[in-house]
Amino acid sequence: MAKDEFKEFRLVGTRPDRPDGLDKVTGRARYGADISAPGMLWGAVVRSPHAHARIVSIDTSRAEALEGVKAVVTRADFPTGLTGEDWDLQENTMAGERALYDGHAVAAVAATSKLRAEEAARLIDVTYEVLPHVIDVDDAIKPDAPVIREGAADATVPEGMPPNVVRYMEFGHGNVEAGFAEADLVREGHYKTEATHQGYIEPHACLGQLGGDGKGEMWVCTQGQWFIRKMCAGVLGLDAAQLRVTPSEIGGGFGGKTTIFMEPLSLALSRKAGGKPVKIVMTRSEVLRATGPTASASMDVRIGMKKDGTLTAARAEFRMQGGAFPGSPVDMALYCAFAPYKLDHVAHVGYDVLANRPKCAAYRAPGSPMGAFAVESLIDEMCRELGLDPMEVRLKNAVREGDRASYGPKFASIGLVETLEATRAHPNLAEPLGPNQGRGVASGYWFNHNGETSVSLAISEDGTAQVSIGTPDIGGSRASIALMTAETLGIPYEDVRVNVVETGALGVNEPTHGSRATFASGKAAVLAAGQAITEMCRRAAAEWGIEPEAVEWVDGAAQPAGPNAGKFPPMSIAEIAGKMGETGGPISGHHESVPEGVGASFGCHVVDVEVDPETGRVTILRYLVVQDAGRAIHPAYVEGQYQGGAAQGIGWALNEAYIYDDKGRLQNPVFLDYRVPVASDLPMIDTVIVEVPNPGHPYGVRGVGETGITPPLPAIANAIQDATGARLRALPMNPPAVLAALKAARGA
Amino acid sequence: MSKIHVTTTVNGDPVEFLADPRETLLDCLRDHLGLTGSKEGCGTGDCGACSVTLDDRLVCSCLVLGVEAEGRRVDTIEGMADADGLHPLQRKFIEHAALQCGFCTPGLLVAAKALLVQNPDPTEEEVRYGLAGNLCRCTGYDKIVRAVMDAAAEMRQEAA
Amino acid sequence: MVAVTLWSSLTRFTDGAREVEVQADTVGGVLDGLVADYPGLKPILDSGVSVVVDGEVAPNRHAPVPEGAEVYLMQRLKGG
Repeated sequence: MAKDEFKEFRLVGTRPDRPDGLDKVTGRARYGADISAPGMLWGAVVRSPHAHARIVSIDTSRAEALEGVKAVVTRADFPTGLTGEDWDLQENTMAGERALYDGHAVAAVAATSKLRAEEAARLIDVTYEVLPHVIDVDDAIKPDAPVIREGAADATVPEGMPPNVVRYMEFGHGNVEAGFAEADLVREGHYKTEATHQGYIEPHACLGQLGGDGKGEMWVCTQGQWFIRKMCAGVLGLDAAQLRVTPSEIGGGFGGKTTIFMEPLSLALSRKAGGKPVKIVMTRSEVLRATGPTASASMDVRIGMKKDGTLTAARAEFRMQGGAFPGSPVDMALYCAFAPYKLDHVAHVGYDVLANRPKCAAYRAPGSPMGAFAVESLIDEMCRELGLDPMEVRLKNAVREGDRASYGPKFASIGLVETLEATRAHPNLAEPLGPNQGRGVASGYWFNHNGETSVSLAISEDGTAQVSIGTPDIGGSRASIALMTAETLGIPYEDVRVNVVETGALGVNEPTHGSRATFASGKAAVLAAGQAITEMCRRAAAEWGIEPEAVEWVDGAAQPAGPNAGKFPPMSIAEIAGKMGETGGPISGHHESVPEGVGASFGCHVVDVEVDPETGRVTILRYLVVQDAGRAIHPAYVEGQYQGGAAQGIGWALNEAYIYDDKGRLQNPVFLDYRVPVASDLPMIDTVIVEVPNPGHPYGVRGVGETGITPPLPAIANAIQDATGARLRALPMNPPAVLAALKAARGA
Repeated sequence: MSKIHVTTTVNGDPVEFLADPRETLLDCLRDHLGLTGSKEGCGTGDCGACSVTLDDRLVCSCLVLGVEAEGRRVDTIEGMADADGLHPLQRKFIEHAALQCGFCTPGLLVAAKALLVQNPDPTEEEVRYGLAGNLCRCTGYDKIVRAVMDAAAEMRQEAA
Repeated sequence: MVAVTLWSSLTRFTDGAREVEVQADTVGGVLDGLVADYPGLKPILDSGVSVVVDGEVAPNRHAPVPEGAEVYLMQRLKGG
């Protein structure tokens, strides 16, 4: 649908200032580490220096003897008998019998100052018996690899699998062998991606307080306050309702702040210190060593293509390690890998593998970037071999509404074809390229997510409105939700205040994850506003003495619906609200559900690179993101999601990686060495917002947050081959790796 | 370790605090003076979220000891807006949607202000290199660079 | 009867069948029917799956499954 067709909106699609903008440009916005409380203690955590070690003993006596130390906790202070994900979370929060990765917490201390707590942590004596470890996924899946945890495999793993395989899956449809037989060209490739970190600039921070009566409070930077509540309650054996969790402003999350790390430690320390609040702020090195990196992957892909570019069959076998716990996103990686393509014959095999690394957390479209790196790279190689235009091949095989997805079900409304056509029409594709320069194209996919959602709206006495939502605002969602609410109520944008509230104020909400905040909380806010409108119409009808059905809501006022309903001047929201105390009390609306109608989002990226043949350095010359947003409520923040996703993908492609030494210790736990893109690494990032409205949302919204990180990995690999002839099949494509590939290509 | 009495000027106001000699200027601003606008993203001078100026020189306050502020002038994000309103950079950041989570924003604004003092008419490349010490993980820098260049243009016009 | 397509590594628990039929008119009925017929599936279904009905992830156990609907079991979908 062209943008012109929905000009009827007054506010949706405009770019007002975000409501939290003033606080954030003046330094007033309060993030996780910015809150303090009277009588507060500081916490510090002792972490394993070993990748895998038995904890022989922990002697806390020297720390406890230090003046100002109020509490020390080890695993002995946690309840026993947990199972499943609760046990995994507890074990990751604080090691039990063994430390499972470099950085695994083994003890924690609370003292009267930060420096004293750090000093006390150094006085805790831990004796380790170092055990054999394994880091690389291909090593970890070997039958004789060091066993990380007996009995961790779930029921999906058949007998006889290697010991570190904890989940196994196969799925697909058609007959891939028959499909490969139909092809003119069958190629396969092996691809590897290294673990990367979400790299939010705000380290994890919390202030926890827990009394002997089991009542507690927490202030924390998180994507989901109810997840924090549920997980902390599970790990510590508390009643969930007794723990009140307030989300701070959040300094980035990208999936990494959907779970717990040191939050239960602050509560356990507080309880042991007589209920004094305990603040714990992670260092960057703790963030990189002990919080959610993504998985690393080893992938084999085989694809059949006809001379005209038609895909006949595809097979993927992915192995992913997600640290010392089950949960790598190998399933999602496989679901997304071939999603942009119509395939009659497709097969997928996946292994979730344990290794001595931190427990992986979600990272923006978890799994999808790895799968895309393998599949989109191989398709590009095959297009080159057959002399086909990679854009035309993508269009020729593109899925449309009603087509069977590679992962099984049929697609509802999707906008891949529109996205590819908008990409093909973009002027960036006509820019001339010079020597050592090349262009790469790749597609990406993310499902998007709905999730448990609860939203309340209340009309104020003056006719303004407040909306209480449970999804923390990371990228401007308060602005989008205010726009949709104001549009629905027919009032100015500035008359709506959207508040992200604590766990005591609403029913359970899932976090801001799965690109769901603007979709799910937005949809719930619109439905809640609809309830308030119904009530306001009823109040107006009662004043006029006519039937409520004879009243309609137009431009922020109740009015008789047509001449037969009666002749009354419109009654504005301010008039109705000003009298609400006399006409029946507060006027509000509420909606809670797992909203139906999630719209999936496809994207296509085009990158131009220049490769320095002397150093192997890759410079991004031009970058284009085209993606279906359904409808952009606040286009500036949709563009922001596209640009930010692309920048993270560029970092993953070119520089970012977890580097371990032979002892399994992380070698780059600081930003100097874990190098995320800086301003001088990037050009402007061009965007095109395609709008194929999602019929499942009142304003057509699709989630837009995640898809954008997916295409850069293969698009850049494709551009490097276009520029140099060298094909890189492993990430990161940093200067040494590119130089080696150039040398190999010259030698060949 | 016994604490040291420090007298300094922050955002134009005289202040005093007691600093442990191991504490950074960032710790002192945040924990002793309640100025939590400067953020700690790394503690190693790599991310720029703690950027302040010390006698007009841009520094990472996580790499300066609190006791080094003695007798000097510190300017932080909290002092950037005055009674007349926001600094043009602050207005342009909001207008251009140059922030998402906002955590890097104080440091970027302080660094951008220092950049424009040195170079009132920077090219895009000069802005990108001038701000290369400030990490932003949300925006991809596009809208930040546009906001800084737009603010610079407005400030040049005002100055003319 | 509703035809449910499983992911193929679950066929170990369904005597080799990729597609199984259960008597159900809701998502919960589908899941309960699967466990009743194939008890080996219980731990996998209990650990959480997404049920896709006619291309749409079902929002809850009470969501209707119309006669002749296409039902797919998928690993639980989540996001970052």
